[in-house]
Formats: sequence, structure tokens, C-alpha cells
Amino acid sequence: MTLANTFDTAATPDEQVTQPPIPRRRRNFTALKITVAIIISLVMFFPLYWMIVTAFSTRADMYAPGLHLFPRTFTFENFTAPFIKFPVGQWFSNSLVIAVLTTAITVVCNLLAGYAFAKLRFRGRNPLFLILLSTMMIPAQAIIVPQFKLSIALGLYGNIWSVILPESAVIFGVFLARQFFIAIPDELVEAARVDGAGHFRTFLSVVLPLCKPLIAVLVLLTFMGEWNAFGWPLVALSGDQNLFTLPIGLVSNLQGQYTSNYGAIMAMNLLMILPVVILFIAFQKYFVEGLSRSGIK
Amino acid sequence: MTVTEAKPIAGSPNGGSTRGIRWRAPKRRSSMTRATSAAAGIFLVPNLVLMGIFTILPLIYAFIISFQKLNSLGGSQYVGGDNYVKLVTDPVFWQSMANTGVFTLFTVPVGMAIGLAIAVLLNGVLPGRNLYRSIIFLPLVVSGVATGVLGAWMFDQNNGFINRFLSSTGLGAPEWQSNGPFALMSIILVTLWQRVGFDMLIYLAGLQGVDPAVQEAATVDGASNWQRFRYVTLPLLGPSTFFLLIMNLIYSFQVFDTVWAMTRGGPGYSTTTVVSYAYRLSFDEHGPQALGYGAAVGVAIYLITLAFTAVQWRFSRSRDQTDA
Repeated sequence: MTLANTFDTAATPDEQVTQPPIPRRRRNFTALKITVAIIISLVMFFPLYWMIVTAFSTRADMYAPGLHLFPRTFTFENFTAPFIKFPVGQWFSNSLVIAVLTTAITVVCNLLAGYAFAKLRFRGRNPLFLILLSTMMIPAQAIIVPQFKLSIALGLYGNIWSVILPESAVIFGVFLARQFFIAIPDELVEAARVDGAGHFRTFLSVVLPLCKPLIAVLVLLTFMGEWNAFGWPLVALSGDQNLFTLPIGLVSNLQGQYTSNYGAIMAMNLLMILPVVILFIAFQKYFVEGLSRSGIK
Repeated sequence: MTVTEAKPIAGSPNGGSTRGIRWRAPKRRSSMTRATSAAAGIFLVPNLVLMGIFTILPLIYAFIISFQKLNSLGGSQYVGGDNYVKLVTDPVFWQSMANTGVFTLFTVPVGMAIGLAIAVLLNGVLPGRNLYRSIIFLPLVVSGVATGVLGAWMFDQNNGFINRFLSSTGLGAPEWQSNGPFALMSIILVTLWQRVGFDMLIYLAGLQGVDPAVQEAATVDGASNWQRFRYVTLPLLGPSTFFLLIMNLIYSFQVFDTVWAMTRGGPGYSTTTVVSYAYRLSFDEHGPQALGYGAAVGVAIYLITLAFTAVQWRFSRSRDQTDA
């Protein structure tokens, strides 16, 4: 699946117009549009290109005067040196463990709660949902001080659960899941119930198999969000550099101690970005859908 | 997706939502419905426990701490409204508000305008348009931290690409790091780079909802391209514009990752936004005795966000009513 399929759901009016021989004015206009699109794309891509160039450049080249758009020498040293000087491998695995566990907990909680709000009738369902939904407007930073005190009080401070549990307390996924479950016909659920399946059984073996796209979107958005998380982990993990995730390590240690070594910083930045870029390219359909769907009220 | 089900939530809290329940609740409470309620409880518990402990409890606690002064031993002392008095008289707080205002003013409307322009450009038939879309969208996948780290290097005032490029064209090299306004401008530019793909995406989705027949009708009536865009397309994109406005306002108001990775709020306080200030106060340079004050800044951030949301609810309600 490519971005093409996602975006091309509706045919645009021009598509019907441009089929017959194209008048010259229109052709010139199209050439102009292509030129503009290419320029914009180049400008947008350039910083990423420059990051790659820097990551593979020697220090001498980087600080040599003048403007060079291409790398002149090629080195992998920027990728190896930080691993020796900092526990980058540890940060990498911390990031991965935290993102995977948070994603697992979040997605399970979201699916369960979303299903209850969409398909189970109970007293106070809508007011409760409304209250939960309103917490979406609480900025993470507004509650960072009490969260910090609370994680100490609960004995979570100083281990990765101080990040995983608070980061799993989100309502956005519940909202997304609820929207998806509502579209599933009630008859289907009721049929399973009449056949004697309990609520949990119905959910697990009748409803969930229909929800693969939903699960994909949830997993993808949560994992990416968690891989990139910064504000709260910065506070919760600040005590011990062996607990750092990649973003924290990069900003707190590498940037601080490697001030002039941008080659190494860009190399580590590249390593940090790479997994999400690969995920994005592989699953852009789900990613784009999840984001645009958040815009549909 | 059933839009009608979701409407009461986005709209009025009192009218629409409870109506749904009354209309659905069966007259007699059978054992079946009781079993359903029990099941609902079990389905909801994991999420409710997490939300309760890690979101709702801290929010309440934030208000309590904001009336306290904490000391390094973990003790606390009630100080009434002292933290809030300090807040309104603190020049650095107001400077951080002003910085946030400037940042928001430049990132939100400019980003949305660029995003709309790109969306219109890439909505029509164009060879390779999906490639352009993907490229423009790509920075969005890059985290705020990675963007800030990359931005710091691009805008490095001695060796960064931007200044190398500017001096090679003879335009001079601004002091992106040591000059406050320039530093803020560099964060704004970097944020625009990252966020314009989101604006484009939502506008593209909006443009696909615009009925081609309406556009054709306008053309038949003799409207120029610009008139067609201004008086037909743009009004029809209203919901997208509104959604983006609110999302962007909240994002911009709460910016932290990019700022912290790029400038740490410096030089001085010239790029310190409100959220960066709350962080600086509580965890960076002041030690635990500033935690109470930090919490007060957090509460202020919350209340301002709440005000945005209230405005959104009002507007979306009146919009729903005019639609109906």
C-alpha cells in the first residue's frame, strides 16, 4: 500500500478534464506547478539530506570553510564513537522496551474501553465518556510536577515503569476505537450473544478479528508517539543515564558534552529517526488514515 | 464511522448525550442488563485505573501543590495564593507568555496558509504528486526532539548550513544563537518545516470532500480560478480550517521538545515558552523549592488551554446548529 491509495480515494475534477489533448496554456501551467512542487519538495527534504551528509562526514570536512553540498570523504566514525563514549546501546534498548510495553498496555486498554463505550449499554456511559474525553485537553506539562511527586510516592521513580504507566493513561485511542466499534453492526454482536457467547468471548472472537485496521492504526500511532516521547521521560528518567531513552540521552548527554561534534549528534539523530521513518514508509496508509481521522469529528 | 453517535460529545454536554441514554435504556432492568453493566465495568477498569491515577489525580494534586511551598526534604507548607501572586508579578513569566504568543502568531496562520497552498497545488493531477506529498509529510514523522537537534545544526551560526548558504550569497550571517529574536525566529522556521505536512494532510482530506459539481457550477457561472477558490472552495474547507486552527493553537501553545532540543530556552530567556519555563522552574535550575511555583505555572497553562477548548466548543456548537 502506498500513499497513493490513501490520497486517491476521490477522483479530482482535473482528472476528467486533462484526458483529451491538453491546450498549451494548461500545459504551461502544469509545468509551472510541477516546478513549484519540486522546489518545495527539495526545500522540505534538504534538512534530512543535510543530516545524512553530516553524519557521514569527517570533522575536518564539516568545519572546512565554504559550501559543499556533497560529502567529500566518507566515514562511519560518527556512528561508532558515541557507542563507545555513551551507553547508546542501552538507550536504544530502553527506548524499544518502553515503547513496546507502553504500546501493548495502551492498545489493550484502548480496545477494551472503546468497546465498552461503543457496544455495552450501562448507566452513565455517555457522561463518563465525556469526562474522560475532556482529559484530552490536559497538557502533559501542566501536571508534570504532581506526576513527579506521585511517581516518587508510588515507588516508581527510578525505573522504566515511571514512564510506561503514566504514558499509557491516554484517551485518544479510546476515542478512535469507539468510533471504529460503533460502525460494527449491533446485530453481529447480538447474534453472538444469542448463540451463548459471553461479552468477553464476543469481543475476542467476533469483534476483534474485524478490527485489524483499527489495531494497526493504534499500534502504529502509539509506538511512534512513545518512541518520540520527551517531556515526561526527561523528568522521570533524569536520575540515571542508564535508564535514558534515545531522545533523552541525545539531548541531555550527547548534545551537552559533544557540543562541537555535530557529526556524531547527526549520526545518532539519524539512528533515532530511522525506525519511525521505516515504519512510516511501510505503513503510511494506516498512519495517514489515523491522523486524518483524528480530524473528522 | 457513525458521525451522529459522536456528535453529542463534540457538542453539548447536557442535551444530546443524556438523550442517547434515555432513548436506549430498556424499561425493565433484567439480569441481562445487569450482566452487561458488570462486563462494562471489567472492560473499563484498566483504562479507568490508569486515567484516574496518572491523569485525574495529578490534575487535582497540581491545584493543591500550587498553593504550597515545597522544601528540599520533601515537606510542604501552605502559602495561600503566594505562588499566583508571584506568577502575575514575575517578568520572566510574562516574557515567556510573550514568546509563546509570538511563536503561535507566526507558526499557526503562516503554517496553515502554506499547508493550504501546498494542498491545493497537490490536489489536482500532477505527475509524481504522491512523491511530493510523502516528502512534505515526512518531517511530521520526525520527533520534536529530532527536529530541534537537526535545527540546532542547520542554524548553527558559525558552521550551520543556513549561514554558510546566506554568506555565500552575500546576505550576511544572522546570529541565530546569540541574538534572542533571531533564535526565536529559527525555532519558528524549524517548527513550520515540521508541521506544514500536517496542515497539508488535513486540507487534502478536506479538499477531497469538496463536491466537484459545485466547482464546475461556479466555473459555468463565469467565476475565475481565484474566485472559485475564494468563494467556493475556501468556505467549504471551513471545518478543516477550524480543526487545524484549534490543533495548531494547542500545539504551539504547548511547544517544548523542539525548543528544549534547540536552544534550552536561551539565550537568556528569549526563547523560553511557558511550558519550557514551567520545566526550567521545576526541574532545571531552581531545585525543589520552586516545585510549588512550577505547579502554579502548570495550572495556568491548563486554564489557558481550557479557555481555548471552551471557545472551540462554543464555535463548533454554533456551527453544528447552522448546519442543521
